[in-house]
Amino acid sequence: MKVIASLPRFLAGPSRASVSWLFLWCMASWLMPWYKVTPGITEAWFSSALGHSLAGRLWLLPLALAPCLLLLAQWRQWSWSARTSTGVFFAVAAWLIVQASLIGLHGTSPSMGAVFPLSTEGQTGLGWGGFISIIAMLGWLSEALADRGFCKGDRFASATIVFIVALLGLFVFFPIVKLSLMAFRSPDGLWSIAPFIERLTAQDLWRINCITAAPGRCGVVINSVTLGVLAATLSTLIGLGLALLVARTGFRFKRTLRAIAILPIITPPFVVGVALIVLFGRTGLVTTSIADWFGIVPTRWLYGMPGILMAQVLAFTPVTFLVLLGALEAINPSLEEASNTLGARPLTTFRKVTFPLLRPGLAAAFLLAFIESLSDFGNPLVLGGGFEVLSTKIFFAVVGARYDLGNAAALSLVLLVLTLTAFWLQARWVGRRSYITVTGRSDSGLAPALPKSIAWLTYGSVSLFILFTLGVYVIVMIGGFVNDIGRWDMTPTVRHLGTAFSVEWQQGSLQFYGSAWNSLKTTLLVSAIAAPLTTAIGILTAWLVARQNFMGKRQFEFGTMLSFAILGTVVGVYYVAAFNVPPVDITGTMAILIICFMFRNMPVGMRAGVAALAQIDRSMEEASQTLGATGARTFRQIVLPLVKPALFTAMVYSFVTAMTAVSAVIFLVSARHNMATAYIMGRVENGEYALAITYSTVLMIVMIICITAMSLIIGKRQLGRRKTEQPPVASHAAALP
Amino acid sequence: MSEFAIEFNEVVKDYGQHRAVDTINLAIRKGELVTFLGPSGCGKTTSLRLIAGLELPTSGQVLIQGKDVSQRPASERNVGMVFQSYALFPHMTVLDNVAYGPVIRGVKKAEAENQARTLLNQVGLTNLESRFPSELSGGQQQRVAVARAIVQQPDVMLFDEPLSNVDAKLRRRVRAEIRELQQRFGLTAVYVTHDQEEALAVSDRIIVMSAGKIEQIGTPEDLYDRPKNAFVADFIGDANLLTGVIQKGVFQVGSLRIPVDHQERPSVTISVRPERIRLSDINTETEANGIVLEATYLGSRMEYLIDMGHGMLLCSRPIEERRRKVREEVAIEVQPEDVSLID
Repeated sequence: MKVIASLPRFLAGPSRASVSWLFLWCMASWLMPWYKVTPGITEAWFSSALGHSLAGRLWLLPLALAPCLLLLAQWRQWSWSARTSTGVFFAVAAWLIVQASLIGLHGTSPSMGAVFPLSTEGQTGLGWGGFISIIAMLGWLSEALADRGFCKGDRFASATIVFIVALLGLFVFFPIVKLSLMAFRSPDGLWSIAPFIERLTAQDLWRINCITAAPGRCGVVINSVTLGVLAATLSTLIGLGLALLVARTGFRFKRTLRAIAILPIITPPFVVGVALIVLFGRTGLVTTSIADWFGIVPTRWLYGMPGILMAQVLAFTPVTFLVLLGALEAINPSLEEASNTLGARPLTTFRKVTFPLLRPGLAAAFLLAFIESLSDFGNPLVLGGGFEVLSTKIFFAVVGARYDLGNAAALSLVLLVLTLTAFWLQARWVGRRSYITVTGRSDSGLAPALPKSIAWLTYGSVSLFILFTLGVYVIVMIGGFVNDIGRWDMTPTVRHLGTAFSVEWQQGSLQFYGSAWNSLKTTLLVSAIAAPLTTAIGILTAWLVARQNFMGKRQFEFGTMLSFAILGTVVGVYYVAAFNVPPVDITGTMAILIICFMFRNMPVGMRAGVAALAQIDRSMEEASQTLGATGARTFRQIVLPLVKPALFTAMVYSFVTAMTAVSAVIFLVSARHNMATAYIMGRVENGEYALAITYSTVLMIVMIICITAMSLIIGKRQLGRRKTEQPPVASHAAALP
Repeated sequence: MSEFAIEFNEVVKDYGQHRAVDTINLAIRKGELVTFLGPSGCGKTTSLRLIAGLELPTSGQVLIQGKDVSQRPASERNVGMVFQSYALFPHMTVLDNVAYGPVIRGVKKAEAENQARTLLNQVGLTNLESRFPSELSGGQQQRVAVARAIVQQPDVMLFDEPLSNVDAKLRRRVRAEIRELQQRFGLTAVYVTHDQEEALAVSDRIIVMSAGKIEQIGTPEDLYDRPKNAFVADFIGDANLLTGVIQKGVFQVGSLRIPVDHQERPSVTISVRPERIRLSDINTETEANGIVLEATYLGSRMEYLIDMGHGMLLCSRPIEERRRKVREEVAIEVQPEDVSLID
């Protein structure tokens, strides 16, 4: 009886959190269905891990018994438990992974079958019981670590680290490893290094025929890198021009320029390409006009490198503009004033002071555009013609007639190496020099005006860019509401809108008939769920990186960066390879779409958060802790209110990206869960340009409405009646992934 | 219950390769104000944070009220801390800032606000409770920070360089307020500063640290009059450190001879405070003569740098005394009780 009497005190005692995790683990492995699809009819009666082990799947027994053992040990305070329990735990966790990797959908190796006869039947993906067990295990682990002084005993920090590391492991590392292995597998299923080498050295990756032979074609790697460098260089230069115009001249339409800069961020893919075709294609307005006036025979010059380059420069320049504007505004004007007082002419000051200080900004802008170009999928698809780049090549390796996941894996590795090299080069070029020019002291200098020669250069390039942008968006705006924009039949009509979004009032309820309603609903739902989750994981990661010291922090940071370096197309392939087989079998669900967005956009939230936290004195959090607040409470009551602008940025960014992403989701959508961009892609492929443009316009309007609503909800309550200004984190962080 | 509010047993704190706190033992009695004093990087702030639970020791034990809290985080200890930057929450009013602690510890909101109001009155901040921190002066912010730390009746109050953001003119008053408050509430307090004058003025006892180690623990008088080593002698006030021999009750170095009460030693270092060196006109009997090298007027005192032939002596004299001129020859005189032997 004494034993029983000690139970309530135990349950409510200081270790109640860890006890509840164990309890949850017990429940999940004893009562909930372990598998996604329970094998056999009789076993449906006891579908839990315990039930399965009783029915002969003995390898699940440790997973069902471990929580009870640990619970008992903790309750009776068995002497071994304090130290050995983590050991027991890790052994069980390791076994969980081993059994999942050894026993697949279609059975197992003969040796395994000899030990566990039933394992030859194979096992399906994890069900609720499995997932909840794993969550409970992680929860218990974080408590146990905190008790041992991990993260200075802060349970919240410890739990955050454990869960984020587990998520990164599952959704970033695991897919990479799994797909990379596939590059070593030959089409007939044998593992060796030969197919890997063969794939990496294939002619269509590296040949340079376009230079050596007159009508030849270059390899995709050569194409991708050339395109990336050109697009990045051009958009960085034009972006610099725009930034100089806004920051350093009396240009009148600064606000308009900032507004235009936002447009491409909310523009769905394909639509710029379509607009360019409408303008410059063989029957395009500009092409035919020029042909009429000058008697030049219209050609298909747009398709291939020129068209893609044009579309990419239009799309990336606004991003480089925002980055460079931030960099330019961060330069302390007194440095330039100092140079002028030392007798330097304006042009010399610009060359010797302003430009070198812009180096990190230029590098960041270039890198961003280069990576965007590598990952761009929509424009090469629409405008590529015969010009292949890595992202389209990967796409066709997966969906094309020659389905070859191994080849897609090798190409993805090439893309990953290219991106990481770009990161590394950027880090080298910027170097270790300090570029901090803004100190705590206020400086009242005035930035000097641009030297004349540069000002003229700027006006020139910028006006051309603005002309193009206006042209494209005029097409986008009217294209959906005329009969056939492709043939310049400009009779106004709403029939495209009708096809996509018709509604009818029938039997007292609204019926959505349009063909696009389903995808729009899914897109909105997925984006609305993904945005807060992405923001949450991004800000939490930022908080860990900025505020916590823990073992393996560097590796942790590298892991988060890796999830940024994996480009859209590649993520799709990785996820297809990793998650359409057990143990984590989630393809075709909405969850995989949401998870994909979470980990793709997490770095943006993270950077916005790190930038915001860097401006907040950490002793405020310490003060909260000494006042008795736990980590979780401090995070909620002190950190969150202070990083609200960053939250908003991350939220908007992840929402918009989820709405407009195409490359990552193209492999992950299913008939039930189609996304708007995949729908638009289908229309473009069928040549239904007007419908594609209409849908894009609707999407943009929906996004603008949603962003406005979000800013009203979050912005209204911003920091109460505080009078001091918030640090200007939000505006520039938006552009920095 | 232990008679000590705080104890350190062999406490070590490493940051990677760097040892910030090196095997420290100490005990702080209840109701006492103890200061950690030392140059920057000596481990004094780390020691304070070890008490707060903002750092956990690499090895050794930290005890608060006799209870081992070495591995417990700050939120599970009952300490009040006043930060260098005050760390007031900018998005909360003064009242919310002070009521934050009690609310966290489960006191009802209305009751917590009452407690906060009472305390704000006691520190002289009536009528400011609905302001935001950014609308307060530096001195007012500091008092809010103190009120916020005191409100939950902490086992120990921690002050991390609380005067470094206060105007030089106000410091004297604010430190008197802190001392007065500490005694009024009977608080155990630990105070960190690098300013030796501040330490002498507020402390019951001072712990002098350097390079992660404790150099000496003692009352202000102990440290000033009987520094145990060269570091303490030099760090607290100014000191003339002289190395020589003691023979037949006389310390001797060069031409300087000082009668002392100590045993004979072949080689020894002594410390003499500048204001304990007396100057007189030379006559035939005095042997310790020097030449004034510099004479500096400091308003309330004169400071002389005297060349003794084998080295320099710093000497500080009241302004009323006859002023010495540069290059004037003077005789030096030191009483045996003003000499402290250094390890």
